[in-house]
Amino acid sequence: MSEKIATREAYGKALVELGAVNDKVVVLDADLAGATMTKHFKAAYPDRFFDCGIAEANMMNIGAGLSTMGLIPYCSTFALFGAGRAYEQIRNSIAYPKFNVKICCSHAGVSVGEDGGSHQSIEDIGLMRLVPGMTVIVPADAKEARKATFALAEFQGPAYMRLARLATPVFEEDYPFEIGKANVLREGKDAAVFACGLMVSETLAAAELLSAEGIEISVINVHTIKPIDEACVTEYAVKCGNVVTVEEHSVIGGLGDAVADVLMGKVNCKFLKIGINDQFGQSGKAADVLREYGLTADQIAAKIKETL
Amino acid sequence: MNTIELSKVCRQVRRDIIEMTANAGSGHPGGSLSAVELMTSVFFNHMRVDPQNPDAPDRDRFVLSKGHAAPCYYAVLAERGFISRDEFKNFRQLHSILQGHPDCKKVPGVDASTGSLGQGCSIAVGMALGAKIQGKDTKVFALLGDGECQEGQIWEAFMAAAHHKLDNLTVMIDNNGLQIDGPNDEVMSLGDLPAKLRAFGFELFEIDGHDLDAVEAALSAPVSGKPKCILAHTVKGKGVSFMENQVGWHGKAPNAEQRLQALKELED
Repeated sequence: MSEKIATREAYGKALVELGAVNDKVVVLDADLAGATMTKHFKAAYPDRFFDCGIAEANMMNIGAGLSTMGLIPYCSTFALFGAGRAYEQIRNSIAYPKFNVKICCSHAGVSVGEDGGSHQSIEDIGLMRLVPGMTVIVPADAKEARKATFALAEFQGPAYMRLARLATPVFEEDYPFEIGKANVLREGKDAAVFACGLMVSETLAAAELLSAEGIEISVINVHTIKPIDEACVTEYAVKCGNVVTVEEHSVIGGLGDAVADVLMGKVNCKFLKIGINDQFGQSGKAADVLREYGLTADQIAAKIKETL
Repeated sequence: MNTIELSKVCRQVRRDIIEMTANAGSGHPGGSLSAVELMTSVFFNHMRVDPQNPDAPDRDRFVLSKGHAAPCYYAVLAERGFISRDEFKNFRQLHSILQGHPDCKKVPGVDASTGSLGQGCSIAVGMALGAKIQGKDTKVFALLGDGECQEGQIWEAFMAAAHHKLDNLTVMIDNNGLQIDGPNDEVMSLGDLPAKLRAFGFELFEIDGHDLDAVEAALSAPVSGKPKCILAHTVKGKGVSFMENQVGWHGKAPNAEQRLQALKELED
């Protein structure tokens, strides 16, 4: 895992590839094309790119309207302004009528870094999970972001994809991507650790640290938070009896809760949620901010160790 | 359809609005009655639609941004043959296709689910834009409330409509002057609405929204290179004496006695 690419960058590049093979794909942005990386699509297909200006609510509903004309709109902005500001537009005008709109938001989580707490969305997974019928995807690396971008075009219905600003390691292995099917990246009996997004590579690094001490954990990449892979979650919770979730999101409403919802009343196991503990983020270098909130490999390893 | 025939349909639509809301014991008669001529005229004379094939890809589109005028919408859709009048009795009842606010998954002829104010115009902009970029001659109509224009998103949509030169889009504003909490001008004045609409890039037609000749003329007027806006001055509760210009009839159903009186006033 030497090369580092941001999932937003992979998304932007994938859109260009997708645009070449699917002329129904249109892309909308709200004055952040240079940051969400839809600028690549804009350059390649200017006639199919619509900058809506700084008006996210309008963008979501224009996407809704475009979808009714047989097009496949990808609406992009920062997670806070998409899932957050335009929540009700997404709920009522996209999800309620089950329109085929793809909401792809970058700059999610505290790894946004310097821009600070006002721009670090730690609630978007929760907000989007709450919407009936919404599919929620969080790619773990650039390769997965590319595959998810393509998968969304084939998938019929509303979907939210969470992307990151920070360039992070790209897995050497080419894992399959199927919406709703979690990927087991490492097997171990001491804990079943479910992670998503940037926390997958951190958790894999944590697994290495723990392995050096004789502790073996399973690492499962839950790239689809909703619908969650219930069979996989249940299987590994039963197998290990000790469940840990890791996400760059509030511990309220996110992956941790999605995993808990599967297991509650069904599987008897220990349970720990690692994430942002009901507080806002802050400015700083991304690596420093992640450390401040306990989301680096050694910190994750230490917390997993405490559960044993 | 000529305006004499249209006016007969309008009268029936008004009776249906009264029947639907009275039967449901809830709903929005005031803002439904003010929109009757606008919606009837559009559906009967200006839209390319086929009730037998409501999902035809090249149909024209209509978005009821002021979704609470659903009783008017349903009555017009029934008159036009999209749905059966038998559905009226189920309005606002469990398992009905006629939800309190329009649900496009349930009702043939409804192109967008609306009701949360401020959002429909943006959807219509998306439809008009989608038609343009695919070279389709689809026309898109959106019906907005005046009070709804207090929502900021409406102006975002207006900006986008002009920016993309959507001359296939017609925005109609049912300007009845009243909203739930009182007259618009007391709650939050829209100021010089015609000037604002022109400033936002519309070709503006200001009409009496109950004058079918005026409605027909405005809907028929050609525009080029810019979106059309019909600012229709209307009377909330139009056609029922005790409802006209009464704020209290925004979201209240007539009781049995009021239903009879209203129907009497609306006889042919």
